[in-house]
Amino acid sequence: MITLAHYLTLGAVLFCIAVAGIFINRKNVIILLMSIELMLLAVNTNFIAFSRFLGDVSGQVFVFFILTVAAAESAIGLAILVVLFRNRATINVTRIDDLKG
Amino acid sequence: MTLSTTVLLLIVLAPLAGAVVAGLFRNLIGRAASAGVTIVGVAVSCALSLLVFYQLVWGGATTYNQNIYTWFEVGPISAHIGFLVDRLTAMMMAVVTFVSLMVHIYTIGYMADDKGFSRFFSHIALFTFSMLMLVMSNNFLQLFVGWELVGLVSYLLIGFWFDRPSAVYASLKAFIVNRVGDFGFILGIAGALYWFGSLDYASVFAAAKAPDAANRTVEIFAGHPWSVATIVCLCLFVGAMGKSAQAPLHVWLPDSMEGPTPISALIHAATMVTAGIFMVARMSPLYELSETALSFVLFIGATTALFTGLIGIVQNDIKRVVAYSTLSQLGYMTVALGVSAYAGGVYHLMTHAFFKALLFLGAGSVIIAMHHDQDMRRMGGLAKYMPITCITMWLGSLALVAAPGFSGFYSKDAIIEAVAESHRAFAGYAWFCVMAGVFVTSLYSFRLLYMTFHGKERFVVEHGGHGHGHHHHEPGHLEHPPRESPWVVTVPLMLLAIPSVVIGWSTVGPALFGGWFGDSIQVLPRNDVLGELAHSFHGPLAAVLHGFTQAPFWIALAGFVVATWIWLYRPAIADHAAKALRPLYNMLVNKYWVDDLYRVLFIGGGQALGRGLWKAGDTAVIDGAIDGSSALVDRTAGVVRWVQSGYLYHYAFAMILGLILLLGGLWWTLAHAVA
Amino acid sequence: MTFPLISFYVFAAITTLAALAVITVRSPVHAALCLVLTFFSAACTWLLADAEFLAIVLVLVYVGAVMVLFLFVVMMLDVDIDPLREGFIKALPVGLLVAVVMLVEMLTLIGVRALQLPAPGDPALAAGMSNTQWLAMALFSQYLLPFEIAALILTVAIVAAIPLTLRRRQGVRMQDPARQVRVQPGERLRIVKMVAEKPAPQPETSSP
Repeated sequence: MITLAHYLTLGAVLFCIAVAGIFINRKNVIILLMSIELMLLAVNTNFIAFSRFLGDVSGQVFVFFILTVAAAESAIGLAILVVLFRNRATINVTRIDDLKG
Repeated sequence: MTLSTTVLLLIVLAPLAGAVVAGLFRNLIGRAASAGVTIVGVAVSCALSLLVFYQLVWGGATTYNQNIYTWFEVGPISAHIGFLVDRLTAMMMAVVTFVSLMVHIYTIGYMADDKGFSRFFSHIALFTFSMLMLVMSNNFLQLFVGWELVGLVSYLLIGFWFDRPSAVYASLKAFIVNRVGDFGFILGIAGALYWFGSLDYASVFAAAKAPDAANRTVEIFAGHPWSVATIVCLCLFVGAMGKSAQAPLHVWLPDSMEGPTPISALIHAATMVTAGIFMVARMSPLYELSETALSFVLFIGATTALFTGLIGIVQNDIKRVVAYSTLSQLGYMTVALGVSAYAGGVYHLMTHAFFKALLFLGAGSVIIAMHHDQDMRRMGGLAKYMPITCITMWLGSLALVAAPGFSGFYSKDAIIEAVAESHRAFAGYAWFCVMAGVFVTSLYSFRLLYMTFHGKERFVVEHGGHGHGHHHHEPGHLEHPPRESPWVVTVPLMLLAIPSVVIGWSTVGPALFGGWFGDSIQVLPRNDVLGELAHSFHGPLAAVLHGFTQAPFWIALAGFVVATWIWLYRPAIADHAAKALRPLYNMLVNKYWVDDLYRVLFIGGGQALGRGLWKAGDTAVIDGAIDGSSALVDRTAGVVRWVQSGYLYHYAFAMILGLILLLGGLWWTLAHAVA
Repeated sequence: MTFPLISFYVFAAITTLAALAVITVRSPVHAALCLVLTFFSAACTWLLADAEFLAIVLVLVYVGAVMVLFLFVVMMLDVDIDPLREGFIKALPVGLLVAVVMLVEMLTLIGVRALQLPAPGDPALAAGMSNTQWLAMALFSQYLLPFEIAALILTVAIVAAIPLTLRRRQGVRMQDPARQVRVQPGERLRIVKMVAEKPAPQPETSSP
């Protein structure tokens, strides 16, 4: 019998992997973006599970919107990445520190 | 019959219109038109004022008291523009507009070569408007507005030649000293409003008539009940001390002679400085409630009357002699107020306005002839060059020293006798002061006449040598012999000389003893010294004959004899006396060191206070706080900026750390909630 | 141990392993492919939760569009991997520590008790329709305005992505049709008035 906790645990594991990914791949912007996608996946899994186990359609509607916005976000993110690479010839995050105080 | 509101408005607004036109469009309409438009405005005002005066005195018109315009209303308090025109007001209006008109005409001659010609006319017309607003007011607020307006115009005109540092300094001094008085004045107005519940004269005086009005007290300091009437009257009188230059706030008036001479005549002799006298007379129902306040008024007036007159004896500047004479005469008026002889004070105000304006304008005429040199030590023997000026000045001086028959005689004699009748505190001191003052007045008046018009010529007339247009004379060196001034100067002198001589004859009986002022001036029966004098008054001619037998006449005569002996025949005596009485002479020349005292006390104290506040308050505290806080921000930011590394993963790390903490907090809370 | 539970464990394990691979493999291309696998298996777990529509959408949108975009970008950019891998080992302990702490916290919050909660019946079936219909009913009635806004956001994203990446190269010879259409004849051709005939050259005075 699959329970809510199974899904929530899966979501938590995915989220923590994404966090770890952000930490250990801190220089590679592409992997960073992928880690963010993983986080969103974890969140979406939680939404689906709650929707299923609480019998509420709102959770699935939210997932729908999150997918939409995430798609838009990754499109823009990648576009920025391309422009960044074109201008700086690198995607190394350690070199991108113009906002340094 | 009632007075016409239109006429009254026209009286006030005609000079204002002239001032506005001459002030704003002076470049457009030129010099002559500026003078013309203001003179027409003041002439209209003067003619209508005389009409109003006629209607009130002979036409049977009743007192006019109406609000014209409501300025604002705050709760139960309402501020109006309104006119109260009774005989006192009408007399002031007539005097103000008449003297103002004379001065306007005179100015054409006096200021002929001045580049500020139009500006000057605009200012004096504005002054006429302000003064009329002051005297015609029917409430305290409008009185105050007029009071401040005349102060402003006085400031502007003393500093008329603003490129002279001394004039700027004098104008500032006059303004600041008047501020001191105005502070008291506005406190007095506030007190009247607070305790009598209105700004309108009529309501306040009605409240003052209440049986217990004199006994109302207030404890400003716990345990010391003070009479309300005394507080209000003293505060108002502080304002009068500033405006009417009573000791110790008299210091601004002599310095105000830096202004052009017509101004000295109009503002600083005939009208503005008498505003304080007028105000106290107007407030007579209030002052009658407070014996204490009247005694204070009496003391201040007597002190001013004698001690400022003494300074006049040692002055060499012709205008300053007249200025100190003005101070002294203002002291006389204040003394009259102090002994409840308000009518006497106001009457002296009127006669003084004529002869003092005459003396100032005469001095101005002399100054024109001497090419704006004012030092009497470089004059002498001018009588043969400028006979009209000389004769009119003699007439004015005779009025000033109260020669029997002249206008000043009736007013001043009444004051002296009123003081003798009075039993108020300081009445004895005041009597000594006014009697000694008669001698002093006589001394400096004839000294001025002798040093100016008689004796040896102490100036040098240079023929040729200097070309025309060479304006840097040696002092006392003239290009051509002194000449009589043009008609625009001499005609006002003659016109002013007429009332100076004769106005006493026709008016003394009704004005002083005939209850002519009616309800304008109210005196309690026990204070009515003029009423006492009325018993011994049997017409002006009898008064003259009586005057010859009285002490003041002989004292004045003694002054005349001494002055004649010293300054006409033995000028050296004056120098010997100055040497022999060195300490006294120094004291007078230095004006009792009042100016120096103020300089040390207030200016020095103010500077020290300012410097202290600057160093301790501004530099140390405020700058310290501001610089310190900016330095603090700078240093904190210097540390904190390392947080903003610019590395994306640092920010991500911070966010995740926050998330962990949040989760931990949630976990901790839930764990406790379960437990 | 029912079949759905076994399936869930299998897909969850694949999802986790693939996600771990995403963050550890050396090549970004491999990482992207691992991410595809992650999404696939996650979509399978969603299917197990009766969210058929969203599972399919996840595959279509993410695997079909977004991840392809990722792959394009990764392959198009000539990325030098080695400097980007620097500090990978150094950051590993910190990353692991943070992740483990977080995981422990989350699991504690989820609690073991929730594991015992039995699943209710499929709400869509209870309402008498399919999952897709169930979602659509909500989306096109109650959430219509957000739906429209989401569409707008997507449009804006497309429009924004184009000018961001658009590049004008200097010195490239290319036609500008707009300018070609706008051109006026007067700019192209100048008619100069001149004398029709030239004077004949003067014969030489001295002939050789």
